[in-house]
Amino acid sequence: MGIRERLSGNEAAAIAMKQINPDVVAAFPITPSTEIPQYFSSFVSNGQVDTEFVAVESEHSAMSACIGAQSAGARAMTATSANGLSLMWEMIYIASSLRLPIVMSLVNRAVSGPLNIHNDHSDAMGVRDAGWIMLFSENNQEAYDNLLMAHRIAEHKDVQLPLMVCQDGFITSHSIENIELLEDDIVKKFVGSYKPEHYLLNDKEPIAVGPLDLQAYLFEHKAQQAIAMKNAKKVIKEVSEEFKKISGRKYEFFEKYKLDDAEMVIVCMNSTAGTTKAAVDELRAQGIKAGLLKVRMFRPFPAEEIAEALKNAKAVAILDKADSLNAAGGALYEDVTSGMFINNVNVPTVNYVYGIGGRDTTVADIKSVYKDLEVIAFEQSKQVDGTKIKVENPYRYLGLRTK
Amino acid sequence: MPYNHKEVIANRPSRFTSGHRMCAGCGAPSVARMILRAVKPEDHAVIAGATGCMEVSTFIYPYTSWTDSFIHTAFECAGATLSGAEAAYKAMKRQGKLPEEKNTKFIAFGGDGGTYDIGLQSLSGAMERGHDMVYVCYDNGAYMNTGIQRSSATPKFADTTTTPAGSVVPGKMQPRKDLAKIMVGHHLPYVAQTIALANYKDLYEKSEKAIYTEGACFLNVLAPCPRGWGYNTEDLMQINKLAVDTCYWPLYEVVDGVYKITYKPAKKLPIEEFLRPQKRFKHMFKPGNEWMIEEFQKEVDARWQELLDLEEITNKKD
Repeated sequence: MGIRERLSGNEAAAIAMKQINPDVVAAFPITPSTEIPQYFSSFVSNGQVDTEFVAVESEHSAMSACIGAQSAGARAMTATSANGLSLMWEMIYIASSLRLPIVMSLVNRAVSGPLNIHNDHSDAMGVRDAGWIMLFSENNQEAYDNLLMAHRIAEHKDVQLPLMVCQDGFITSHSIENIELLEDDIVKKFVGSYKPEHYLLNDKEPIAVGPLDLQAYLFEHKAQQAIAMKNAKKVIKEVSEEFKKISGRKYEFFEKYKLDDAEMVIVCMNSTAGTTKAAVDELRAQGIKAGLLKVRMFRPFPAEEIAEALKNAKAVAILDKADSLNAAGGALYEDVTSGMFINNVNVPTVNYVYGIGGRDTTVADIKSVYKDLEVIAFEQSKQVDGTKIKVENPYRYLGLRTK
Repeated sequence: MPYNHKEVIANRPSRFTSGHRMCAGCGAPSVARMILRAVKPEDHAVIAGATGCMEVSTFIYPYTSWTDSFIHTAFECAGATLSGAEAAYKAMKRQGKLPEEKNTKFIAFGGDGGTYDIGLQSLSGAMERGHDMVYVCYDNGAYMNTGIQRSSATPKFADTTTTPAGSVVPGKMQPRKDLAKIMVGHHLPYVAQTIALANYKDLYEKSEKAIYTEGACFLNVLAPCPRGWGYNTEDLMQINKLAVDTCYWPLYEVVDGVYKITYKPAKKLPIEEFLRPQKRFKHMFKPGNEWMIEEFQKEVDARWQELLDLEEITNKKD
């Protein structure tokens, strides 16, 4: 039986960690993820977990200690945000190259500078090609559920990659919402125990980890990481299906909200999906065929599946909560549109960079995007021979003050 | 603890194998080998290496010189990496996930760059948290792996590639950082400064104490570098001897805050003896540069006196 509770996103993440009961947690305080190690250390102090909590002196050391712990044969977890992740950056790549299934809660926040503590996705986008599996969460429930699935995915023998569960700083990390928790024993059984094949603490088989890896081997080793990331798709699907059996909650690569017959579609991640659902409902009530594609699995990126899901749309807007400063468009936009191109899906698309540094994004803002999509769809409909229109100024801002 | 030193040297199998690619005349590999001889044969070790000469010369995929478990992650975080492994050991042992009877010892190796400079924060954190480990700094006084750039361990006036002895600036202008004292400031149970001398007795005994003292312990080992220092490879042991006989590198240990100087030269040699065989100090011997030698001597004397004072003060019984 599920347990009905009211928790913030950070509390939900900490409770998930308590139920997972990892061997080592190494973390450093940074807003807005601080509460996760804070709650967790109270579980340690009160003997509710078997974990060794390492209160490190920096995020660089947090990830280094997680790498040391996981290599040693332990299950290691951490939590961070923004600049904390930036400081870890070197070790983020090393964690994935050593094929260590470390699990992190990333509470998304704008990366400096200038300094800002509020939500956007610039931290996550900075490590998007670092070899970590990245799952995004709309609310506290999804942050909790994704964490419970994390170890099963990351530790799978065909994967063995680190995994981060993202949620929006303050918007979900500090908002208290209803949540349904699973019983401790059900989680324990589902997550299972960690049985690494090779580990430092196995005195019967000493190993060496992290060599100097030169021209003769590095390429092959990196290619193996890429294969593991491809394998992760199948494993994420399997674990999500198994999770549905114990929770009743269905998770796919992305959520399709009123998408099947939608003409105007927004693609976004994390809490903005909630706002978008409200806008979709309002527009649907007016007879406008609005829909949402909410990306849950950002790495590996389900390019082909997303292209397939968007093929019948008349216009698509991709919302990026991080600017790429590349004069071309946001990261999600580039991934979605290149996926569409490769899979021969030619639907007019437009990119909106929004919510930077915690700028509020309202239902009215989202509705304005659907309005723009209607204009694009209308322009397209005028093409009697079906030729695809070129969307003017496809790299736009939403909610930016221009005066 | 009574032991037969000759027996240890002659009969204990080496846990650090030959075939590595460290330079001839380098002080570091024999230090690593001797320190690991101090691990009891029945114990397992997890060793962490900071990026540096020793790491890139001993663990080139798919070969390794380390017969114990070894991990290298990056330059600045051997301390943090090993603290994670040690935390894993505690947690897993507590939960019965590891064999009850088997002991694992945790030892980190870093050069002076990875320890005095870029790794200082990670080291300080690991020591302050009291992980049951030994951090060994093999101090060769510069970034030798990248080609002899100055570090905070480089002695004053040394000619390095980032402090070249020029016509205006005569080498490095700052005296070296005293890392062992910084570690003493962490109130660790055991801190020692040592070197590979003649029969390695000092190094072995301090290593054993550090490895088998519970808590975070620190060893600072001078490890000369023939390329960076500019001495003949066969002169390694002579250089080590001069380092201690001139009191440039005093040998001492600090047990729970109490200093003990483990070697006091019967005749303290002038610092020129140590400086002269090294090309990095060659410019100090040019006419008109006598002031540099004088200043160097003054600093060595002051630091030696400070150590004598610390020994006296910390051993004083009320």
